Amino acid sequence: MNKREFITMDGNEAVGYIAYRLSEVIAIYPITPSSPMGEWADQWAAERVPNRWGTIPSVMEMQSEGGAAGAVHGALQTGALTTTFTASQGLLLMIPNMYKIAGELTPTVFHITARTLATHALSIFGDHSDVMACRQCGWAMLASANVQEAHDFALIAQAATLESRVPFLHFFDGFRTSHEVAKIEVLADDVLRAMVDDDLVLAHRARGLTPDHPVLRGTAQNPDVFFQAREACNPFYTACPDIAQKAMDKFAKLTGRQYRLFDYHGVPDAERVIVIMASGADPVHETVDYLNRRGAKVGVLKVRLYRPFDVCRFVAALPATVKSIAVLDRTKEPGSIGEPLYQDAITALAEAGRKLIVVGGRYGLSSKEFTPAMVKGVFDSLTVASPKNHFTIGINDDVSHTSLPYDPDFSTESDRVVRAVFYGLGADGTVGANKNSIKIIGENTENYAQGYFVYDSKKSGSMTVSHLRFGPEMIRSTYLVSKANFVACHQPVFLERYDMLADIVPGGTFLLNTPYSTEEVWAHLPRRMQHQIVDKKLKFYVIDAVRVAKDCGMGGRINTVMQTCFFAISGVLPREQAVEEIKKSIKKTYGKKGDEIVQMNLRAVDHTLSHMHEVPVAAGRAGGFEVPPAVAPEAPEFVRETLGEILAGRGDLVSVSKLPCDGTFPTNTARWEKRNIALEIPVWDAAVCIQCGKCAMVCPHAVIRAKVYEADVLQDAPATFKSVEARDRDWKPLGLKFTIQVAPEDCTGCALCVDVCPAKNKSEPRLKAINMAAQPPLREAEHANWEFFLNIPELDRRKIKVGSIPQQQLQQPLFEFSGACAGCGETPYVKLVSQLFGDRMIVANATGCSSIYGGNLPTTPWAVNADGRGPAWCNSLFEDNAEFGLGFRLSIDKQAQFAQELVKKFAPQVGDQLVQAILTAEQKDEAGIYDQRAHVAALKAKLAGVKTAEARQLLSLADMLVRKSVWIMGGDGWAYDIGFGGLDHVLASGRDVNVLVLDTEVYSNTGGQMSKSTPRGAVAKFAAGGKPVGKKDLGLIAMTYGHVYVASVAMGARDEHTLRAFLEAESYDGPSLIIAYSHCIAHGINMTTGMHDQKAAVNSGQWLLYRYDPRRTAQGENPMQLDSRTPKSPVQEYLMMENRFKMLTKSQPEQAKLLFKMAQEDAQTRFALYEYLAGRKLKSDAAAAGEKKNETVTVQTA
Amino acid sequence: MDLRTEYMGLQLRSPLVVSACGPLSEDIGNIRKMEDAGAGAVVLYSLFEEQLRLETQELHHHLEAGTESFPEALTYFPEPANFNLGPEEYLNHIAKAKAVVKMPVIASLNGSTVGGWTEFAKKIQQAGADALELNIYYIPTSLKLTGAEVEQTYLDIVAAVKSAITIPVAVKISPFFSNMANMAKRLDEAGADALVLFNRFYQPDIDLEELEVQPSILLSTPQALRLPMRWIAILHGRIEADLAATSGIHTARDVLKMLMAGATVTELCSVLLARGIDHLQYIERGMTEWLSEHWYESVSQLQGSLSQMKCPDPSAFERAQYMRAITSYRPA
Repeated sequence: MNKREFITMDGNEAVGYIAYRLSEVIAIYPITPSSPMGEWADQWAAERVPNRWGTIPSVMEMQSEGGAAGAVHGALQTGALTTTFTASQGLLLMIPNMYKIAGELTPTVFHITARTLATHALSIFGDHSDVMACRQCGWAMLASANVQEAHDFALIAQAATLESRVPFLHFFDGFRTSHEVAKIEVLADDVLRAMVDDDLVLAHRARGLTPDHPVLRGTAQNPDVFFQAREACNPFYTACPDIAQKAMDKFAKLTGRQYRLFDYHGVPDAERVIVIMASGADPVHETVDYLNRRGAKVGVLKVRLYRPFDVCRFVAALPATVKSIAVLDRTKEPGSIGEPLYQDAITALAEAGRKLIVVGGRYGLSSKEFTPAMVKGVFDSLTVASPKNHFTIGINDDVSHTSLPYDPDFSTESDRVVRAVFYGLGADGTVGANKNSIKIIGENTENYAQGYFVYDSKKSGSMTVSHLRFGPEMIRSTYLVSKANFVACHQPVFLERYDMLADIVPGGTFLLNTPYSTEEVWAHLPRRMQHQIVDKKLKFYVIDAVRVAKDCGMGGRINTVMQTCFFAISGVLPREQAVEEIKKSIKKTYGKKGDEIVQMNLRAVDHTLSHMHEVPVAAGRAGGFEVPPAVAPEAPEFVRETLGEILAGRGDLVSVSKLPCDGTFPTNTARWEKRNIALEIPVWDAAVCIQCGKCAMVCPHAVIRAKVYEADVLQDAPATFKSVEARDRDWKPLGLKFTIQVAPEDCTGCALCVDVCPAKNKSEPRLKAINMAAQPPLREAEHANWEFFLNIPELDRRKIKVGSIPQQQLQQPLFEFSGACAGCGETPYVKLVSQLFGDRMIVANATGCSSIYGGNLPTTPWAVNADGRGPAWCNSLFEDNAEFGLGFRLSIDKQAQFAQELVKKFAPQVGDQLVQAILTAEQKDEAGIYDQRAHVAALKAKLAGVKTAEARQLLSLADMLVRKSVWIMGGDGWAYDIGFGGLDHVLASGRDVNVLVLDTEVYSNTGGQMSKSTPRGAVAKFAAGGKPVGKKDLGLIAMTYGHVYVASVAMGARDEHTLRAFLEAESYDGPSLIIAYSHCIAHGINMTTGMHDQKAAVNSGQWLLYRYDPRRTAQGENPMQLDSRTPKSPVQEYLMMENRFKMLTKSQPEQAKLLFKMAQEDAQTRFALYEYLAGRKLKSDAAAAGEKKNETVTVQTA
Repeated sequence: MDLRTEYMGLQLRSPLVVSACGPLSEDIGNIRKMEDAGAGAVVLYSLFEEQLRLETQELHHHLEAGTESFPEALTYFPEPANFNLGPEEYLNHIAKAKAVVKMPVIASLNGSTVGGWTEFAKKIQQAGADALELNIYYIPTSLKLTGAEVEQTYLDIVAAVKSAITIPVAVKISPFFSNMANMAKRLDEAGADALVLFNRFYQPDIDLEELEVQPSILLSTPQALRLPMRWIAILHGRIEADLAATSGIHTARDVLKMLMAGATVTELCSVLLARGIDHLQYIERGMTEWLSEHWYESVSQLQGSLSQMKCPDPSAFERAQYMRAITSYRPA
């Protein structure tokens, strides 16, 4: 056996490490939580790391998982060792190919981070609903329980598939295993060589298609032989379990780690056994040990190879003494007799003729915690004569009463394990520092180490909670830390939100980052926390980490400071050794980024120790504050009792009855979530303001708003409420007032508004009409002002000239306070649509950033107006969004048509005049919409007394007579890649839908993978050397139809152009496509000045502004209008503003020069093409009829 | 005519040196052109302290920003195994320039604080530069900072760079010291192999429309040469370091005046930006003609001939002369 090498890594890296070394071709598509495996593979290939045979695998990013599966199938068919990584819906898209791959007896391993399938809701977290949907495909299925097993099984699966020719689905739990960082023994290359038989590799290659030895596969067969041929594979499946066990045995000889297809752990005379697979097996293992040490007779049967299911081995693995078993499934199959593993267990026992009490239950859906307390609850349930069947554990099911009771205080946490919990802000580097600490401890001591990180679904001001364990034995606690010895709060704002010390052990240590001294800090703690510190006799330390970090040049990154504190006071390592190790680690981590960065961090370590102080706990309980409720008491009941509980961090305790049965939620809820994440907020200087509306327009979170109103409204205004005369020539003569108001508790502090404000203070031009100021002193007064502002009536929409930004921005946003990144470049467009058409719009939203900030619980930014109208929103999938939205249109049009047909029939009852008014309503503007709503109201009133079936039909359809605006939204990953085929079809359909592509030129939501929209030269994942080819011209493709309205906009370059395009697109009675440049955190830019990036892109010709309006053709005009001026600055000037391009000059300078030069040429060529298209004299037939002299050119573009 | 001169131990075919001038020396073709036009040496465009320091911070910031906070996007960029930090490009440029010309290639570092960036001088030496011009561009604005502290910063920077490399170091400074002569002496003692007089601080301008203060580059005018000329004349022969003149040198006569005041070389920039690199030939021709007409055989004959130590009226460079200039002036 080799020298054992232990390294800390997460499950994705551990699996990717093996898969990469055993593959020649890797085709992937990013999907959470599997994306990092593909990214690792891409990185290793870029670093020219060879596989086990000495060649560098070819790594290819595809346009969808379906595409990846197709490429994998092709690569396998031509003899390459091939793999892929995926999860959830991605795995479903691979199913058609999986049947083929298995049917052709092709050895391969797909590595799956098992993830929840979208049903009533999407979830990125882990359960087995995806892999269980594949159990009929003819693949072997091998489950890993932890990071070490995932690493080991990746190899065992490869060995077994090559010998058995049955393809393997190797799965491990998404996030719980894929993202857990653990200390594992890394498999040496000679173990890989010993396990993977070259003869089998050659045999696989020899079966590959080649014209040198041609064969035919993929035939079509008829009823005469298909059946027989399908049965011909049986011997391979029969042999597969033995082959898998043989691989496990061989592996044991090489590594000392023995696995079995069904691994039993427990006392040999167990009476109660839990059958389970994947990460849930470890807490059961831990609990079994704990209970057996106390005299119980229990065990766990860990299912490793789930398919092909080996009945004999399964039955034999259960001790003869067993009386009852509980089979736990991490999936739900509504309407079935039971979940899959349960049914298989029942069948296996029946076939073997063994009689036991067998019950089945569900646990852990969507990464729901599965703890020893729950395990004990299940074991306890087996002690009765007729245990509850089809149970759930871990939730309170007060609807179907399936849930088992358990004692949440039961814990198996060992005294030998150090447990630490860190509450950090996403931006402060806490998680990175903790991963680093795990490495330091795991790789420099005998201790095992584990880290698991809980992230927020918000993209700004998000909280991270790190759960770390260190101990002398392998850690099987695959659940969050419950009894912490050490708790650190890295952000004082969390004090008023979370009960961080509820579970800390008596005598534990609490570390707080606070600006207050040891004397002052007590007065600034919640009273609950003061009691906890005193009662539990905690050791309490404080540090002003922000100051230390700032003094050391680290800005807001307090990671190194807090990490040093942890090592200094936790006692995991002797202090001096710890400091030395941190410094070593800093040099290793930051070395390649230059000495400046290393020195900055080293300074921080040295400064930390002298700035951390222990707070004398006996100091008393002076001052303090009560923790405010998560939502205001006046919030609606559902918000208070369900969403509010989630906001307060008590979502796990929300019972089934409190949740909707079909995934339907009210909108208008983000307003109740007061996040208070901005350190600074904008303050309006009314005297300087020119009332242009630009600040409100760019605000990504709709927190800065303008209103025009009657002066008498101000009678009850709070003292600090600001108001001036309205300047607009339409409002001024009416004596109306104007106010810009900021929502102080919803603002993220991005300062985009200040950046775009064009009005400067003439006496002090560093100030504008909006300036940032510290939030805390303003919070209370501005909260009152905001509440007052909200109650000022909105201006009648019919009076607003929507083509003028100062007036248009008075329209109420119906998209507010989203969880998007501070300074997001997408949301200003989304908000604009909601202002213009929100009261009659319906949104189909592709999965991605916009679906997360638009629809991730607990709250939604989609809002309603005073009439209760607002956007209706739904997310179907990633790949089908255009088709989904077209479905809305078809349905709405059908219903409207039916309503019109019925209206005609009811002419005698409602009157011809009303019927004509309804049927001929133009509804081209707000006045038209208002009129039609009035007509429909009149119609309903008249129909109220008519009791016929048709009248009831018309009443239910009448609202469809008011024009509805269908919006299909998504990012470039959807529009350019995975959804392109569908988008193309929808555009071709000619139906009246509006497609908004929020083009960030990269997969933003999954972490910056290249899309076909990524421009040449940009560095992205899967384009580490800069994207070598140019961006796809989606707009030009759409224009080729001739009947599609197409616009390319960039709000930061010309906001009025954006507004005009949106209005034109919506008014066009046909398909419209708006491609909107959206600056993004994934560009590596200063988000405060993101609008400048947009401007620079347009000024250099890198991004074009244009509108292609088919209506112009009918008027004899060229439909194409190029709205960009001739580029006036070099493309490189823009490229160097963004790290996505600039970093290439640091990583591959020669490549950067080449690609940047080509990017310049791209821009010039494209501008010339568009100039040509816009310059052509075109004529429609209609216009040509009146004027025959000029030559007619067809509308179609090249 | 023998135009040769020795500057910091380097043999130059002429005292005409192209000063650190971004647009001109960024292009290797231009550097070749300079040599063809008769330049004695070239000072490459400056590498700024901010470039060395801030670029790494900027890269670090953008690679870390937004990471490890959202579960689906723990990072946003692939992380290359290595970065070419401390502009590798500049080092490559030195090497390329050395490969195409025979004249000395002098690199230029521009900074104002003592810090890790001075370490970069080592890499410049390794890249093959014949000498280094250290441009200390420091505008102290703190009301608390004393003149002595400012001066010490200059000396510390020179000492740090000198301790890092063995090639000659020229120090380019501004004239804004209480006692320029004393400062020159101390820089000389700190190891400066030459003093380049003087740095021109680009003075910002005001944009009336945008209400902004904007950096704005003004090319030097012929009048600017009087200040360095005076101090070169005063310092010549009194310190060991060579003296290089820069600012306002536009004609052959300007060059000759500077040489007579005591400059070893003259550095030209604005005139070449305005009239092109080939203008060097015109200046050289003018120098040769004047020298021939006045029976000189080499420039070494006139170097320092009108320095304060050697000129007929040493007080002409001092305050008394100022009084005379004023009193003799009569408005037209």
